[in-house]
Amino acid sequence: MTSRSIPGYGLAKGMWVTLSTMFKTIFLPKKHLRTVMYPQVKETPVPRARGVIALDQEACTVCMLCARQCPDWCIYIEGHKEEVPPDKPEGRIKVRSKLDRFDIDYALCMYCGICVEVCPFDALFWSPEYEYSEYQMGDMMHDMDRLQDWLKTVPEPPELA
Amino acid sequence: MTDIFAGVMSNFWVGLGIKLGIVAGLIPVVGMIIGFAEMKLSAKMQNRVGPYYAGGRWGWAQLIADGIKFFQKEDIIPANADRQIFKIAPALVLASTVALVVVIPFGPGLAFRNLELGLFFALAISSLSTIGVLIAGWSSANKYSLIGGLRAAGQLIAYELPLVLSVVGVVVLAGTMNLTTIVEAQIAAGYPYLVLQFVGFGIFMIAALAELSRIPFDMPIAESELVMGYLTEYTGFRFLFFFLAEFANMFTMSAIAATLFLGGYWLPGMTEEQMIVAGPLILAAKVFLLIFVMIWFRWTFPRFREDQLQRIAWKVLVPLALANIAVTAILKVVI
Repeated sequence: MTSRSIPGYGLAKGMWVTLSTMFKTIFLPKKHLRTVMYPQVKETPVPRARGVIALDQEACTVCMLCARQCPDWCIYIEGHKEEVPPDKPEGRIKVRSKLDRFDIDYALCMYCGICVEVCPFDALFWSPEYEYSEYQMGDMMHDMDRLQDWLKTVPEPPELA
Repeated sequence: MTDIFAGVMSNFWVGLGIKLGIVAGLIPVVGMIIGFAEMKLSAKMQNRVGPYYAGGRWGWAQLIADGIKFFQKEDIIPANADRQIFKIAPALVLASTVALVVVIPFGPGLAFRNLELGLFFALAISSLSTIGVLIAGWSSANKYSLIGGLRAAGQLIAYELPLVLSVVGVVVLAGTMNLTTIVEAQIAAGYPYLVLQFVGFGIFMIAALAELSRIPFDMPIAESELVMGYLTEYTGFRFLFFFLAEFANMFTMSAIAATLFLGGYWLPGMTEEQMIVAGPLILAAKVFLLIFVMIWFRWTFPRFREDQLQRIAWKVLVPLALANIAVTAILKVVI
């Protein structure tokens, strides 16, 4: 006869789990309570945590791949073409894409990371920063300068083997 | 002191005013204490902190803050709702709770009204809240509310019979339905009726859980299926009424269980004078012990299905209660 065949054994076991958890949490909070009292105590996220997306403006070519792949359509990109004088006097005039606007609306973003993966020029990165909540929903729209600032918080890429 | 008290209470209107004031104060205070205990204990059972900031320490003012918040909320009545009935329903639910407090003996001679059929009154009036729930579900003009209300009515069929039958053993032993006299019979016997009526106590508590619509029998609310059941369309202080009634009902049902089975305001070895002072505290301690068990159940067990409750009630609880009555009656006559 196993313990499972005793009627009510499962019920009693469940009751014991909740009761013992309660006593552990009340009397040994240092050992058993996992809660971090957030505003006073801050948890350090893992280095590769998906907190916020950073933009490297120099690398961006305004190809719009990220904006088109975004499931939430929360990326707004505008750009124009600029003519750059040729390197050699007899050369052709060069055309460069210039980024005018790159906004991510974090009120819409669902942190899927498709934009980071799809970027062919490594202009987008995940940063582990997470403290950017706002009182107004409109303030969740981060412009390209703010996204550029996040780049400082991006950890160094791992060494390639 | 006792003479002055008796003198004041002898005037009908003054006595009535004092009693009404005590009941009106008792229900919200008890509801808040139980609600807070539920919040805090559930947090500890789930390895959480629970309310923390409100009031400075342990979050003791959390439910006061919640209550003030509910008063600020807009009182929304759905366009298709049956307005009058929709408005009456929460008051009806709370009224049944308040009416239950009337017969509970808090000490020797300390009941708001010492009814000769107190137990009968308590069991009859406690079913009134189900009517409130049913009309709340019906008048909301919402499919979830309607299903929740009808489930509450269906649940009534399951728990009402075991609830009534389980206390018959106590009535047989005490020979009365007067709650004060039942406590006095336990004092005279020298032991609480739990000793003889443990089967009845178990059935009563299970049926009381079903009556209170608490987990594991919270099918009328069933958040995962019915949004919030019959409460779905309620907002503001009408929701607060239901909320308060739920917790105050836990108090009244536990108080009746403590009176019937645990000796009420009496502890072994106490004199009459001590019981007048300490009686309410002893009853409160027993009540909160039972409430702790209810909260403990709630955060341990998953929800039953409606048909599973019916099966338990009709195939297990009712036969057990009938056997309990038969055995109690035979032993009462033989011994």
